[in-house]
Amino acid sequence: MGSTLAEKVWNEHLVRRGEGDEPDLLYIDLHLVHEVTSPQAFEGLRLAGRAVRRPDLTLATEDHNVPTEGVELPIADPVSRTQVETLRKNCADFGVRLHPMGDAEQGIVHVVGPQLGLTQPGTTVVCGDSHTSTHGAFGALAFGIGTSEVEHVLATQTLPLRPFRTMAVNIEGTLRPGVTSKDVILAVISKIGTGGGQGYVLEYRGSAVESMTMEARMTMCNMSIEAGARAGMIAPDETTFEYLKGRSHAPAGADWDAAVEHWKSLRTDSDAVYDAEVTIDANSLTPFVTWGTNPGQGLPLGERVPDPESIADEESRAATENALEYMGLRAGTPLRDVAVDTVFLGSCTNGRIEDLRSAAGILRDRRVAEDVRMLVVPGSMRVRKQAEDEGLHEVFEAAGAEWRQAGCSMCLGMNPDQLTPGERSASTSNRNFEGRQGKGGRTHLVSPVVAAATAVRGTLSSPEDL
Amino acid sequence: MEPFTTHTGIGVPLRRSNVDTDQIIPAVYLKRVARTGFEDALFAAWRADEDFILNVEPFSRGSVLVAGPDFGTGSSREHAVWALKDYGFRVVISSRFADIFRGNAGKQGLLAARCEQSDVELLWKLLESEPGTEVTVDLEARTVSAKDLTIGFEVDEYTRWRLLEGFDDIGLTMRSEDNIDAFERTRPSFLPTTQAASTG
Repeated sequence: MGSTLAEKVWNEHLVRRGEGDEPDLLYIDLHLVHEVTSPQAFEGLRLAGRAVRRPDLTLATEDHNVPTEGVELPIADPVSRTQVETLRKNCADFGVRLHPMGDAEQGIVHVVGPQLGLTQPGTTVVCGDSHTSTHGAFGALAFGIGTSEVEHVLATQTLPLRPFRTMAVNIEGTLRPGVTSKDVILAVISKIGTGGGQGYVLEYRGSAVESMTMEARMTMCNMSIEAGARAGMIAPDETTFEYLKGRSHAPAGADWDAAVEHWKSLRTDSDAVYDAEVTIDANSLTPFVTWGTNPGQGLPLGERVPDPESIADEESRAATENALEYMGLRAGTPLRDVAVDTVFLGSCTNGRIEDLRSAAGILRDRRVAEDVRMLVVPGSMRVRKQAEDEGLHEVFEAAGAEWRQAGCSMCLGMNPDQLTPGERSASTSNRNFEGRQGKGGRTHLVSPVVAAATAVRGTLSSPEDL
Repeated sequence: MEPFTTHTGIGVPLRRSNVDTDQIIPAVYLKRVARTGFEDALFAAWRADEDFILNVEPFSRGSVLVAGPDFGTGSSREHAVWALKDYGFRVVISSRFADIFRGNAGKQGLLAARCEQSDVELLWKLLESEPGTEVTVDLEARTVSAKDLTIGFEVDEYTRWRLLEGFDDIGLTMRSEDNIDAFERTRPSFLPTTQAASTG
C-alpha cells in the first residue's frame, strides 16, 4: 500500500520510531517564534541551563501585541511592551534572528515564513500558534504547539508525537466569480464541524485546489485548525515551485534542482488509503459567512439566521440559542440584513497581497458606508510595501478605510485594535469566538471581497449586491 | 513534574460544549511573561456573571471540572492549562478534547480524562443535585468515582505513564541525543536555514 503526503513527510523526519506506547520522535526543520507563547519557554531553558539547539532553524517576529499605528513609538500598554521586550532579550541571549516592530521583514509569523521562502515543501514547521497549519499549503507538515513544546523544540529541535490520521478533503469543480478559498474552508468547517478534523491532518485536493494560487491555498490550510485538525496540507506542484523560486531563502542553483526533484515526489500515492474522506462540490458554493460563535456556525450569505426551535438535538439547540443571544441576532433574519459597525481586513488568514488587491478592487471608486469603520491591516511590512507600490493604500484611504501597519491586530485584539461590547464586525480573520476581537464584540467571519462589499453597504453583502 | 496517581476534590459541572481556549483564558491575559499566577484569568468573561458556576459555593473550591464535548478548542495557548491548574483544577473530564489542549494538559500534569457523554451526563446530574460532592479520579485504575457512581475514562497510555511517573518530556528526549545527532548528519543541503539568505 502506498503512502499519503502527510505520511511521507512524517517518515522523512523520523529521528526515532517509538516502541510500544512511546510516541515517535520527529525532527523539526523550521521553528517560528513570537512574543506571546515563547517567554515561559525561554525561561524554562534558562532555569534548566539549556541552550537553543538550532538557532539557525529558528526565526522570531513580533506580531500579536504590536500596535498598528505609531509603531515608531514605544508600545503604550506596559504589559504588551514588557512581552515584546522580553522576546528581544530572549532572542539576543539565545542567538535567535528576530524581526522587530518597524523592521522591513516584520509581520505575522505565518505571512513572514512563506514570503521569505523559508516554508518549503516536505518540511516540518512548528510555532506556538495554532494557525501554523497555514504553511501546509506548501506541502509542509505544519502545526501549532503549546509553550512546553516550544521549549522542547528550542532545546532539542524535535518533538515526541504520535502519528496523525489522514483525511482527504476533495474539492472538485470550479469556483464561481466572487467565491474564494475562504468560502470553501468555511463550508468545509460547517460540514464536518469544529471537532470533525480532530486527530487528522486534512489534505485538500481536487481540481478546485489545483487551480488556486498559493495565497488562496494558505487561507484554506490556515483554518484547518478551526475544524479541529492539527494540520492541513496540499501537495506541492508547479504553482508552489513558481511561488518559491527566487525567494531569499529558497534553494538556488544545483540545490534548487535537487529540491524540486524531491518536492515532486511529495504526492499521495494512487494506492494510498486515507482514514477518512469528504467531498465538497466547488461549483455550487456561494459566499459563506458565520452567524454564531464558532467557525462551524456558518451559512451561505443568502440564508437566514437559523431557528433554534427547528433543531432536534438538545445540545446543538442550546449551543445555537447561546450563540444567537451573544450575537444579538433574531432567528429568521436574512443574513444580508445584518448591519455591521466595523470591517476588519487582515490576519494570517486573509492579510496577504492578493487579499488586499481583491478588496481594493471592490472599493475602488466606492465609499465605506457612513457609521462603518474599516481597518486594513497588512499581514507583513513587505505586504504593506507592495500594496503601497501598487497604490492600493490610496484606494483604501479614498474609500474612507484606515490603512495600518502590520500585525495580528483585531483578529484577537491583543493590541489596541479591539471591538467594544456589542460592536459587530465583518472580519476576514479566523475565529468568531465570544470576546475574541474585544470583550463583548460580535464577529462574522467573511472573505476579503465580502468584507469590502459589506463595508460599502453596511450590511453583510457580496460584491454582486453592489 | 509532580507524579499524579489519584486525586479527590469537589466536582464542578460545566454544562457547555465547545469551551474554547479564548473562554478558558481571554487573550488579554496572555501578555504576562511569568508561568504562574493565572488563576484570576480563568474563564474571566464568564466569571463576571455572578451566577457562573465558579462564583457559586462550594463549586468555587472545585478541582475536578466536568465539561461538555470539544473542550479546549481553538488557540494553542498553554495558558489555558496554566489557568486551570493555577485555579486549583487537577482534572478535566469531557467526552472530547481538542488535540493541542490535551497535549498541553499532559505536559503540565493536568489530567484530561475522556469519558462517554452519557457518563458525563450522570456526573452532571449528581454534582448538580448534591453540590460539593467529591469526585475521586484514579489514574492507576482509570476510574472516576463519586458517591455510588463509578465510571471509566480513557487517557493514552504514554501520557498516563508520564503522569504516574512525573517525567518531563525534554529529559526523556535528551536520552535520544545520539539519534538526533545522527539524523542531522543526513539532512539534505537544500533545506533552508534562517541565518544567511542565499543569493538565489
